[in-house]
This record gives sequence, C-alpha cells and structure tokens, in this order.
Amino acid sequence: MAKARASYLRSGLIHLALISYTLIALFPVFLTLVNSFKTRNAIFREPMAIPTPSTFSLVGYETVLKQGDFIGYFQNSLIVTVVSIAFVLLFGAMAAFALSEYRFRGNLLMGLYLALGIMIPIRLGTVAILQGMVAAGLVNTLTALVLVYTAQGLPLAIFILSEFMRTVSDDLKNAGRIDGLSEYAIFFRLVLPLVRPAMATVAVFTMIPIWNDLWFPLILAPGEATKTVTLGAQMFIGQFVTNWNAVLSALSLAILPVLVLYVIFSRQLIRGITSGAVK
Amino acid sequence: MSDIDTADPEIAPIKRPARWHILVFLAPAFLVYTAIMILPLIETLRLSLYNLVDGETVFVGLANFITLFSDPRLAANFWNALGNNLIFFVIHMLVQNPIGIALAAMLSVSKLRFATFYRTAIFVPTLLSFVIVGFIWKLILSPIWGIAPGMMDWVGLKWMFAPWLGKPESALITVSLISVWQYVGIPMMLIYAALLNIPDEVLEAAECDGITGWSQFWKIKLPLILPSIGIISILTFVGNFNAFDLIYTVQGALAGPDGSTDILGTLLYRTFFGFQNQMGDRSMGATIATVMFLIILAGVSLYLFVIQRRMRRYQF
Repeated sequence: MAKARASYLRSGLIHLALISYTLIALFPVFLTLVNSFKTRNAIFREPMAIPTPSTFSLVGYETVLKQGDFIGYFQNSLIVTVVSIAFVLLFGAMAAFALSEYRFRGNLLMGLYLALGIMIPIRLGTVAILQGMVAAGLVNTLTALVLVYTAQGLPLAIFILSEFMRTVSDDLKNAGRIDGLSEYAIFFRLVLPLVRPAMATVAVFTMIPIWNDLWFPLILAPGEATKTVTLGAQMFIGQFVTNWNAVLSALSLAILPVLVLYVIFSRQLIRGITSGAVK
Repeated sequence: MSDIDTADPEIAPIKRPARWHILVFLAPAFLVYTAIMILPLIETLRLSLYNLVDGETVFVGLANFITLFSDPRLAANFWNALGNNLIFFVIHMLVQNPIGIALAAMLSVSKLRFATFYRTAIFVPTLLSFVIVGFIWKLILSPIWGIAPGMMDWVGLKWMFAPWLGKPESALITVSLISVWQYVGIPMMLIYAALLNIPDEVLEAAECDGITGWSQFWKIKLPLILPSIGIISILTFVGNFNAFDLIYTVQGALAGPDGSTDILGTLLYRTFFGFQNQMGDRSMGATIATVMFLIILAGVSLYLFVIQRRMRRYQF
C-alpha cells in the first residue's frame, strides 16, 4: 500500500512539473493569439484577459490582410519547405544507406566529408552562393532557396539516418539478398520502411530551420513574388512597430501554419517513436 | 567459398563486380552538397587571405587575421563577441540540456497519461521563427505592456523586475534564456527517443535487482543515453557559435545595449555587409567567418576524436 501511495505521489509530482513547463512553453504563444483578437485599449488594459464581446476586434487582421500578400507568402514557404524536405530525406537516406551498409575504400572519409556540414554554417559561404545564383540566373526564384536548404539539411539527415540504419538487422538484409532482391530493392523496400520513424524525426529537424530562416530569403529571394512568411512578417513588423493590433495579428498568422504543419508531422513522429520500430 | 578464393585470397576483391549502386546512392547528396555548400565555403576561406589594395584584390597572407586580433577597434569588438558567445554557450549547456534531459526522463515514465500532449506542447516554441520568438518576448518583457511586471506582482516579486533586455549586465543572460526557452525541445526529443530505445528487459532486470526510480535513472538509463547527450552537446555548441537571428531580431544588428549581446554571428554580419555608417568589408567578413569556422572545427574535432571515442556504446 505504501508503495502504491508513493507511486501516486511520484506521478503527481511529474505531472505538476510537466504542466508547469507546458505553461511556460505555451504562455507567450497564447498571449499573442489572444491579444490579436482584442481592441487596442483592451490589449494594454487587460493583456491577460480572454476577448469578450466588448473587447473583441479584428482590426489587426484587417490591416495585415490589406497591407501584405500573406497568403502568397504562406504558399512560398510551404513550397520551399516541403520540396526541400523531400530532397533531404531521399538523398540523405540514400547516402546514409551507402555509408552504413557498404564497406568501400573512402567510406570513412566520405562520411567525415558529408558530416562537415553539420558544423559549418552554410551562411559562411553566402557571398559565393549569391555569386553562383546570380551566374545561374536563380536569384529571386524558389529554386535557389530549395537548393540551399537541401544542401543545408543533408549533413544532419545523413548523420542521424546512418546512426539509425546501423541498427537495422543484417540478417534481414541478407535474407533479402538470398531471396534475390537487388540492392535498390533492399534499400527502398526493406530498410526505408524500417527507418521511417527516424525519417520523421529528420523531417521535423529539417523543417524548423528552413521555415524559420530569414537570412537566405532576404539575400537570395527578397522579391515580392518569392517572399516567405518569415521575411514577410519581419518586414511587416518593421513597418508597423507601433500598431500593436497589426503586429500581434501578423505574429499569429505566422504561428498558425507552423502549428498545422507540426500537427501533421508530429503524428508521424510520435507514431514512429512509439511504434517500437526504432528499438 | 570457391577454390580460387581459398587458393589466392589477395585477388578475390578484384573479382567482385563493380558496385555501381554505392555510387548511385551517394551521388545526389554528394553533388548538391559539394556545389552549394563546400565550394562556396572554400571560396570564403580563400577570400580571408585576400584584401583590396588600391581597388585590386591582392593576396595578403595572414595580414587580415593580424588586423582582426590587434587593431584597437576591431580586436576589442572581436574579443567581446567571443567572450559573449562563450557565455551564451555555457548558459545553454547549464540550463537547456539539463532541462531537456529532465523533461525527457519524466515523459518516458511508463504509462504516464497525457505524455503525448506534454511532448507536443513543449516542442511548440522550437518551431517558431526567431522573428516571432524575438518579438513576443520583447513585448512580454517590455515595461510598457507590463506583462512581466504584472505577473511578478502576483507572486510578490515586482521589486525584482527590471527592463532586462535594456541593461548591459542582464541583456546577454536574458537573450540566452529566450533562446533556451525556444530550443529546449530538441534535447528533449533526442533524449526521449534514446530513452525509449532502452529495452524493457534491461529495466526489468534492474528492477529485479531492486534498482528503481532515481537510482535506476542514474545507474542504468544515464549511462545508456550518454551518446545522445554527446550529440546534443555538440549540436548546442555548433548552433550557439552560428547563432545570429535571435539577437538580430531582439537587439538589432548592433547587438545592444552597448555591444553587450554581440556574438560572433552579429559581428560577422556587421563586418560583412556593413551597418549604418560602417562600410561592409568582404575580406574582413571572410576573416571572421574563417575564425568562426576554426573555432567550430576545434570543438567538433574534440568531440569526434576524444569524447566520442571514449564513450561506450551498447548494442541490444
């Protein structure tokens, strides 16, 4: 009995700690979303209150939608992020498989070469990248961003995926070989499904810096037609610093799609982690 | 095993058919990575050895580095940024990673209810862009809006409130903690996945021996997740020494007040592209980029060749 009580106490404390941290994590987001629906006076007088009929106002959103092409920005961000992740996952998994599965001359060297990019910020090469994009006529295109983000995401993807691929049982792959599967079939049909949870993890880790990047959109694609959400929001906030309604609405609009994207990916991530395939 | 193989093992590898699939698997990643990342980087490193003399680019050897380390104005900025960057990193290691590990350890307690919800919620800040995070916290900590002083008033701590972001002695710590708030989800997720990878049999065996709760965490789980802790440490190091965006959005390119939040990333930006009345200097920018590169290289080499080699890995 004493043991059962102790375990109740323990799980109670754990819940308390986790709830406190969850509040810390969500509070600023909550604050932004709630206040974006209030009148200017209510934002200042009662910042913590939920909007009531008397304080409810959409004036911030009206300003945002009138001033900028936020739907276009979302579209750009979405295209860039999804296409880059697809390339990173495909190319990264292929390279990780080659490195973890085969012994060949230069394997270690190739692994180190590809891992260099984890520690080197691709930004350090910005000037040369810009020169190259100008020469290739890719400035102000989404292609330029996709290329940069694919290169940026690959090293970490290869690093994480090859760690996971080493855990895939050799017996399984050898059984496939004895059954006459080609190396490509072993990769696509045996190994890839098994490392799907790791792929989801990589997708989330790749997505964050791409979606949030301010630097490359600013330098490679600052044109109105190729602006991403992050760049659009940054410029908007810069113009409307004192218009708190508009700023909070712009922030809310920038948060929402990330949350939606996260919910889609996190299902896969959580299913992957809990399904036990990684074990 | 054929007769030829046993008769002359040295020629056996030559007889193996060419393994083109290895090349096919490696080529796409290798090409994109080399063209977009490595070659521009090499070009940047090369630029650090050149400078403009009378409008012409001339090879100057290590002169740029000598200027960076000894020129009165530049060197002061550089050492200040390097020192701040170290503090920034230490705060992350002492606050972000322990909190991340603690959260993961609590989440991985078996049959914990709402674990999915907690995990999803705590990861949310990590997804937000620096623009959003920087601005939200600026608003919250702003004395004008009064959220932070108001909340501290509830718990009777209002006297402690100060405009932390505006004071040179507290600005760096405040910005670091904002960054910790944003990124705690990454160590949490990596450690959580590592904890789930520990087989139940190991934990059951520990329980049979009477090792439960705290001592189970310290004696069984922690040694098993050490490789993951190594990975999060090196990711933190690299991330911190590349950091730029958060400081840029919260404190601007000048990394005020009075340069107290200036780190290598913001210094590089100002030097490279120029800011206000300061002219952009491509060679000096490349020089700072090269120094950042060397610092990161040193840290990563230490991890790869010293720390990781000494770590024991367990295969289940």
